[in-house]
Amino acid sequence: MHPAAIDWTIMAVYFAFVLGIGASLKRYMRTSTDYFLSGRAIPAWITGLAFISANLGAQEVIGMAASGAKYGMATSHFYWVGAIPAMVFLGIFMMPFYYGSRARSVPEYLKLRFDEKTRGLNAISFAVMTVFSSGISMYAMALLLKLLLGWDFTTSVLLSALIVLAYIFLGGLTSAIYNEVLQFFLIVFGFAPLVFLGLKDIGGWHGLSAGLRQVALSSGFAPDAWTSTWSVMGSPSSNPMGVEWLSIAMGLGFVLSFGYWCTDFLVVQRALAADSMESARRTPLIAAVPKMIFPFLVILPGMIAIASTLHGGASGLALPHKADGSLNYDMVIPLMLGHYFPNGMLGLGLTALMASFMTGMAGNVTAFNTVWTYDIYQAYIRHGASDRHYLSMGRIATVAGIGLSIAAAYAANRFNNIMDLLQLLFAFVNAPLFATFLLGMFWKRATGHGAFLGLLAGTLAAAAHHGLTLPAGSAAGIKGGWIAVLHLYASQMAQNFWTAIYAFGVCFLVTVAVSLVTRPRAERELAGLVYSLTPRLRAAGERWYARPAVLGSCVLTGAVILNFIFR
Amino acid sequence: MGLDIRIPIGSLFVLIGALLAGYGLLSNPAVYQRSLGVDINLWWGGVLLIFGCGMLALAWRAAAMRTRAAASTQDLTDTRT
Repeated sequence: MHPAAIDWTIMAVYFAFVLGIGASLKRYMRTSTDYFLSGRAIPAWITGLAFISANLGAQEVIGMAASGAKYGMATSHFYWVGAIPAMVFLGIFMMPFYYGSRARSVPEYLKLRFDEKTRGLNAISFAVMTVFSSGISMYAMALLLKLLLGWDFTTSVLLSALIVLAYIFLGGLTSAIYNEVLQFFLIVFGFAPLVFLGLKDIGGWHGLSAGLRQVALSSGFAPDAWTSTWSVMGSPSSNPMGVEWLSIAMGLGFVLSFGYWCTDFLVVQRALAADSMESARRTPLIAAVPKMIFPFLVILPGMIAIASTLHGGASGLALPHKADGSLNYDMVIPLMLGHYFPNGMLGLGLTALMASFMTGMAGNVTAFNTVWTYDIYQAYIRHGASDRHYLSMGRIATVAGIGLSIAAAYAANRFNNIMDLLQLLFAFVNAPLFATFLLGMFWKRATGHGAFLGLLAGTLAAAAHHGLTLPAGSAAGIKGGWIAVLHLYASQMAQNFWTAIYAFGVCFLVTVAVSLVTRPRAERELAGLVYSLTPRLRAAGERWYARPAVLGSCVLTGAVILNFIFR
Repeated sequence: MGLDIRIPIGSLFVLIGALLAGYGLLSNPAVYQRSLGVDINLWWGGVLLIFGCGMLALAWRAAAMRTRAAASTQDLTDTRT
């Protein structure tokens, strides 16, 4: 890849704008609410695009393109099944409690609804997780820049850290949100021509599906295994993902998806910044529209790349091999950028890629500084200080969070296994979370002791399930089976889905059981926090088509239609 | 919050669009073999330019509406006093 002056100019222009936005927002940051919650003053279309953009980090883009090559069209399950329904549920049913309770963070909602220990458990595990995620983002970017542009690891890490630090330190959450919106458009405009050129090269959709038929046949699957989503999900052995419809629907579509979209403060924080309850509820619904279309932007490149590699596109696009001889799927996007884009567009494509790494970091850092300041520092270290004090603590936490991310990036570079282990631990902690929120919001009898013990039991169940099962073809250890191997799954993905299902089930049952034998809180304390004790919201003065229920139904119908077309 | 995000988005894409389209007009056509013979810089630069102008137009319209709304509340207070 050989960037020229025009490419560097485009990159420089973008970063000048990013820093300029941070600098021009500084004068609006007067209180901690301005800094951590954007003063709850952002219109819905902006929070909606930021909501989706916070999730559209570079790992998502690169990973989904890789999955598109590995598994084909079925990767869209992560969108049309594993995201849209949960986003609609968040907007229609859960947002009234998050926004309406005036909680400033997701852990704070747990404190209001349950008790201090449940909040503490959630806040601490979340804070640690965000720092590591941001570090991993930085690490992945440095590796890629080294490969593409020959940049040194330390240079990339420090440069990206400095840029993100500058704009969040100055403009807080607003700065992060505005830059996420900018990045959203950059990704769309940077990758759309890639899909266009790739499709043109391989002979359109017709040429692509002919190539993918060959890919499927040569891998020993039915001819439509790479172009359909549901018709090959009858059993784990009939599709390259190694999963079946039940684990897709329950594990991915219900437990994992609702657990992420409805409880992860990284995305929920964007909706809390909205200027009104209506805007907060519309945030995930607006976000669902681009989410529905993204498979065509991020999965299609992977499908084009694998079809070209194995069965020839006109211009000879071919994925590189890894040291062990297998195809390097993670190179789909960088490879296609270099292959199809001349200087000029290359600059735009690289800028989009770098921007998405940085917003991925920034999203984690803003979630971290808020949870640290409100849920850990204010709750356990210094209670009742002035708002000014918490505002400056937020800035200190931003610097500290980025410092810790840099440390995590170096740790990831030195000890790859430690990162795998940490991600596994986070998966155990996150898996049961949705059961706690579901019971908390919709069952007034659920108690704090029940929630806390349920979470612990769910996490243990996830670990135990992982320790007792193994994906076929793996050695016991980090992949599972470290207690004993009682069951073999067809793939790691199937194991993940079932781990989540067991964790959710155990958390749900233990929370219910413990709640029934412990004393519930008085009903008047739970108004605004539990569904049955909260007055229904009336859609006053809203145009009928802007009502959350109408928007949500439209989005769901769209997802059903897409699932049907690509069945 | 203070700054209308459509202004930086619009200006950024107008600038990048103009850079790309200009480069597309002036650069040697041979470089577009890579992009299958399409002068992608010129075409896509044009698309970005139009998108950027659209964003700026929306921002200007919103600003004009705010000024008009402010002026009419001013009128109301004037007649009341």
